[in-house]
Amino acid sequence: CQPHPGSFQEELVIRPLHSGDIYASFQFRTLWDTDFLQEGQKKVSHYRLFPKSLGQVLSKFSVQELHISFTQGFWRTMQWGQPFIPSPPGAELWVWFHDTVSDVDGNWKELTNVLSGIFCASLNFIDMTNTVQPSASFKPLGLGNATDHRFLRYATLPREIVCTENLTPWKKLLPCGSKAGLAVLMKSEKLFHSSFHSQAVHIRPICQQCTSKAWELRQTLNVVFDHYTSGQGKKEWSLFKMFSRTLTEACPLASSSKVYVDITDNPELFELSPATPLLSQAVVLGDRRTYSVYDLTRAETFGQLRSFNLLLRWKGDSGDMLRPLLHAERYVAGFGLQTGEIHTVIYNNHPYRAFPVLLMDSVPWYLQLYIHTLTVTSKSRDNKPSYIHYQPAKDRHRPHLLEMLIQLPPHSMTEVTVQFERALLKWTEYTPDPNHGFYVGSSVVSALVPSMVAMSTNFTQDQPLFSSFVPVKEESSYFVRVYTEPLLVNLPTPDFSMPYNVICLTCTVVAVGYGSFYNLLTRTFQVDEPSPPLAKRLANFIRRIRGVPLLA
Amino acid sequence: MAAPLTLLLIVAVTIRAVLFRSSLAELISERVEVVSPLNAWKRVVEGLALLDLGVSPYSGDVFHETPLMIYLFHFTVDYAEIVFMVSPYFVDCLSCLLASLDRAKIAIGSNNLKSDLLFNFPGCLRHIISFSTCGLNNAIIALFIFCTLKGSALLSGILLALATYQSIYPLTLFAPALLFFLQRLYIPVNLRRSSFWCFTLQYAFIYVGSLVVITGLSFFLLGSWDFIPSVYGFIFSVPDLTPNIGLFWYFFAEMFEHFRLFFICVFQINVFFYTIPLSIKLKEHPVFLIFMQIAIISIFKSYPTVGDVALYMAFLPAWSHLYRFLRNIFLVSCVLLACSALFPVLWHLWIYAGSANSNFYYAITLLFNFGQILLVSDYFYAYLRREHHLTHGLYLKKKDGTEATLVLK
Repeated sequence: CQPHPGSFQEELVIRPLHSGDIYASFQFRTLWDTDFLQEGQKKVSHYRLFPKSLGQVLSKFSVQELHISFTQGFWRTMQWGQPFIPSPPGAELWVWFHDTVSDVDGNWKELTNVLSGIFCASLNFIDMTNTVQPSASFKPLGLGNATDHRFLRYATLPREIVCTENLTPWKKLLPCGSKAGLAVLMKSEKLFHSSFHSQAVHIRPICQQCTSKAWELRQTLNVVFDHYTSGQGKKEWSLFKMFSRTLTEACPLASSSKVYVDITDNPELFELSPATPLLSQAVVLGDRRTYSVYDLTRAETFGQLRSFNLLLRWKGDSGDMLRPLLHAERYVAGFGLQTGEIHTVIYNNHPYRAFPVLLMDSVPWYLQLYIHTLTVTSKSRDNKPSYIHYQPAKDRHRPHLLEMLIQLPPHSMTEVTVQFERALLKWTEYTPDPNHGFYVGSSVVSALVPSMVAMSTNFTQDQPLFSSFVPVKEESSYFVRVYTEPLLVNLPTPDFSMPYNVICLTCTVVAVGYGSFYNLLTRTFQVDEPSPPLAKRLANFIRRIRGVPLLA
Repeated sequence: MAAPLTLLLIVAVTIRAVLFRSSLAELISERVEVVSPLNAWKRVVEGLALLDLGVSPYSGDVFHETPLMIYLFHFTVDYAEIVFMVSPYFVDCLSCLLASLDRAKIAIGSNNLKSDLLFNFPGCLRHIISFSTCGLNNAIIALFIFCTLKGSALLSGILLALATYQSIYPLTLFAPALLFFLQRLYIPVNLRRSSFWCFTLQYAFIYVGSLVVITGLSFFLLGSWDFIPSVYGFIFSVPDLTPNIGLFWYFFAEMFEHFRLFFICVFQINVFFYTIPLSIKLKEHPVFLIFMQIAIISIFKSYPTVGDVALYMAFLPAWSHLYRFLRNIFLVSCVLLACSALFPVLWHLWIYAGSANSNFYYAITLLFNFGQILLVSDYFYAYLRREHHLTHGLYLKKKDGTEATLVLK
């Protein structure tokens, strides 16, 4: 009987935001000590905690890392701070393939279709026209010193809508499903009635005490509940109000099941009940925060009613929150349907430190970028990027990819502008609602932001999940990825009711040309002799038959 | 002849320089009637910027110029204005030469240098300050015609190869140039004669040889054959549907995918198709044949601009003696003027105001091309009719002595 190495941890972090909203972040982590991709090993067929569908996908397509997220809504960095796991609106998928793969594009195409089936999402719209290979922005988050970006594929579908149909298969991937543990809180009628909803799956190989390789599957669900849409005027939050459920038990398969509540701003801001003696401190996103911990594996957490309901009552008015150090916005400037300009504005709010950021832009081919019009200005002075990787688009084959390393001066605003021209597409290439516009995926700004507080570089088993998602390489900075808004751009449209008419009219004009030239080429000038009257013609005809000379 | 010509040239230079410096230049260089994806200056700058970034200009779909253009502009990008100012002069000078040549041959009429400028102006004004390489292409074609008329077969072959290399359509000018040289050297156009084949092969050898050399040079610039699908594949397969004054863009925007290849072939063959019949009909008149070929190319090519229209219109003064035989000149000029006025209006209404749609612009495109076809066929008719009168007399009589009318039968 083989041992079953692997563990499952679940946690929920509740962070009250200064605007009165509340941010809840679920993380489910499954660790599995096995190696799908090792040659010669018996094909893995026994799955316990790790979902079988994903395991088969990983081994069939030789996937080294997989990150997929479905988001509805846009994360407002200036009001809510930085999220634990950032994600752009719509669907985003980026995958590192193993370096033994020979046909990465073929694997990518099949992978997107399989994932489309697993998550009930229309990921099959991902094809070569919206896939890019970033050269620097999406380094592997797990093991592997892969530097060859030929094995990386990134695609985003900004138009993708997330709904219950995507949540249900996502919940099924959990070991306990939605029957026990924290997943019982995930009811779609409350989750989608929110300002922001994002569910993601992150799979990567990690180092288990660096003796053996293990696969880590993290499923994260971030949701921000709006203070105002809740209906009530009272500033009071509870688990029941947020999720219409309370917790009754931890997942039996989980080795750890915890609820963290961010009480750094307590007791001035809000009152928490039930009280708990457990406290934890963690440095996350460059800030040292204090959390109240509720351990759901212990029976006394549930009290006498066998149900755990958290209650937060707001006391004072929200104060100033820590301004996020990195923030980005994007918009389209210009008028008319011929040209336009994309402006990306990046803010560095650090008072005295400058740091470089990597900006990645993937623009569809039908907006033709003119890279010679690219300008980067900081504090109204030219700021030349130190690294530019630009891959121009090929019509109907691949999009533009622009990656730049820009040094942001301290406490400044940097503006990146580039002009584009809008193309006229073939009438079959427009969506059924062409006047809605075409979406341009979010820009990605990745940076190592200098941290005010020293980050810990050791990874321990007891560390809360939300602080261990991104590997910390050095103490003085932390990794941040900011996504900008997606853009909605209108293209000029032909008249869709006209194909037959256009063909007829254009061919008519060409035929007029042909006819005129044919006439002039095949005919000669002759003096116009009027034709004789009918009687004479008849007489001539009879004479011709008789063989007699004709009349004049 | 020299002094008034010089004076005219100086005046034209001044006007052009003034207009280049004005704000009109930037406005006009963005207009779709004036620049096309093939010859827009903005794209040349983009291609050079890509080269500076270390990316091949042909890896994207924005740059469709030939490598020799990269060679040329890499060093003169700062002096581009001067290049664009100088190149249209070749066309002007040539039209003067043509006018004087033809008149010398036929000895009709008086010196009409001023009428030449008059004809030139509306044509050239439209592309006078356009920042596009169309002016350069026109200059090469004008030089080619000049060398042909002067009788230099070598230079003519080389320049024709250069013009063909720039855009494929001048290939059809091989036949009229050949016919001109044969006529000049008194070699009859008889397929059984060895002298005919001798000269034809010589000329063809010069032409094809220079074309091969130029193409080879282009290969060595960037070390790859990428430019062939990017330039010639682009001209033939018309993937870019940016609106212009031609017939292709809307036709292929509304095309059923199933028939696309068929209609591409039909439309492209249409350009080359008239060469043989026209050469047979006009084998005694190669200069007019050149004019006809250039006009047909300008109307039916895949990405026409007003620069191409100005090229053949600049030669119209050479046939001002045909005026008395033209039948529709008033209608044609009204149509062309009206269309020129309506193009920017309807473009603005479609793209900026949003109150019209693409059909309006497309309708004016149709009308403009129809007007051009009418103009060209009218001149053809007038030419043939004049030839007929030259051989049969100006005042024709019917059998019974009354005044006759001439019809095409």
